[in-house]
Amino acid sequence: MRPNPPSLESPLPQTATSVRLQNCTLCYQPAATPVLAPVLDRISFAIPEGGFRWLLGPSGAGKTSLLRLLTLAERPTSGHLTLLGTAIETARRRDLPPLRRRIGMVYQDFRLLPHLSAFDNVALPLRLAGRPEAALAADVSEMLRWVGLARRADALPAELSGGEQQRTAIARAVITRPALLLADEPTGNLDDAQAERLMQLLAELNRLGTTVIVASHNAALVARHPARALVLEAGRLIADG
Amino acid sequence: MADRLAKTTRASRRGESVGRRRADDLGLRRALSDRLLPLLVAAMIFLASLAVGGLAGSAALARHWRYGAAAEITVQLPDTANIPTAPFAAIPGIARAERLDDAQLANLLRPWLGADPKTLSLRLPVVFDIHLTATANQAAVLHAISQTLPAALIEQNGAWLARLAALGRSLEACAALALGLVMIIAAALMVIATRAGLAARRDAIFIVHALGATDATIAWRFASRMAVLAGAGGALGALAAIPVLLALARLAAPFSASQVVLSDAASVVAALPTLVWAALPALALAACGIGFITANLTVRVWLARLP
Repeated sequence: MRPNPPSLESPLPQTATSVRLQNCTLCYQPAATPVLAPVLDRISFAIPEGGFRWLLGPSGAGKTSLLRLLTLAERPTSGHLTLLGTAIETARRRDLPPLRRRIGMVYQDFRLLPHLSAFDNVALPLRLAGRPEAALAADVSEMLRWVGLARRADALPAELSGGEQQRTAIARAVITRPALLLADEPTGNLDDAQAERLMQLLAELNRLGTTVIVASHNAALVARHPARALVLEAGRLIADG
Repeated sequence: MADRLAKTTRASRRGESVGRRRADDLGLRRALSDRLLPLLVAAMIFLASLAVGGLAGSAALARHWRYGAAAEITVQLPDTANIPTAPFAAIPGIARAERLDDAQLANLLRPWLGADPKTLSLRLPVVFDIHLTATANQAAVLHAISQTLPAALIEQNGAWLARLAALGRSLEACAALALGLVMIIAAALMVIATRAGLAARRDAIFIVHALGATDATIAWRFASRMAVLAGAGGALGALAAIPVLLALARLAAPFSASQVVLSDAASVVAALPTLVWAALPALALAACGIGFITANLTVRVWLARLP
């Protein structure tokens, strides 16, 4: 009998909820249209601290919109969203930036700042958090070493390959040791070897206690790294398991 | 473009033996260019400096007219036989009294009596130009003259003096209005420049916002950059205005009975009122402050749309 592949779920004790949605609906108001189009429809789920979830579903199912909710790029139109212990619907606007600093996000298109070197892109969250310049160089260098970019610290994004840009984006997302890490199609621009290496990085973070949610289309990758999955279809959550 | 960016970054790295230079997170050195905006601000501050010069000049002229003309009285005495030797010597408040001689009187009356009034066999009055002291009570002086010389006809400069004073006040108001308008236009210019910078760096702002940057952090980045550019432009405009103001001071000198000689540094300093010398750096600082405040507010308003 073939042994089961190792699960991505963290072995750490899960005592608190990292993400909780209760009947969350998100509507965008298209221009010149009074009709609200729901892109997420009464979504409910919870992820404990240190949990790992795949976020699956066809294009247009609402994966990116859900990630936008979880990165606080949007607020739910209705329902309750609790992130890292903070109820978002009642949070004041000025309370959100400190919360955003505890959430790491890896975008499919990387979203690196083109005029900054890899070092400065990775250092950016620390600078925004007010870390002194003298105190951040060691951490940034260590993080670049961790993702295998120690020799590319001074390179601009335009000088990096797709995989190097993706690893820079990951380094930037995790440099602050976020409590919640989100990734939107993080392997979309990577070959299989790079995708596998990325998954190992995410699994290592998860083992260190970070809650991880990864949106992906890559069925083979998901099969190689089994974990609980949230499955969306037409804006509704059709499976959580 | 990518090559240029790479060279810029590598160049910034070369001088970092003791530590890395703080990066321009939002790329504002390119989004808020150091070329056009400082020149536009310089033009605004140049105009504002001229307005301040106009304000100071019109105030000086009004003061000169007010105190110069008001301090002069013309007295006519019809009977030359009864004029005392020094009729005004005992009256307090009079600095000096000058009797017009025959030539001066003939010159004064030429429009009415022709070139030689003596041929008309008219008895011409004796006319005195009386200059009051700076502290003189004009009403008391007039009363004393009437008491001492009951036959004297006293001509005051009140009517045209009032017109001159109104003109002076109007000039001052116009200069102040021009100054205010220029500063408002400068503020509007900086709002437009900031909004252009926001549009150019929209994606970068979204990224740093998602990474947890506060509104204050982002607004500070824009405001400090705008303050530097506006301050530099302001200083340039104020410096450019100095030679123009000195030239205008030379032209206006005869109207305020003063003289402008630009022979050395001290005379250059003395050529312009203290108000103008104080206003020039103040205008540069004002440009810097307006740049900081308008950019800060503009960015905060723009960011308020984000969650």
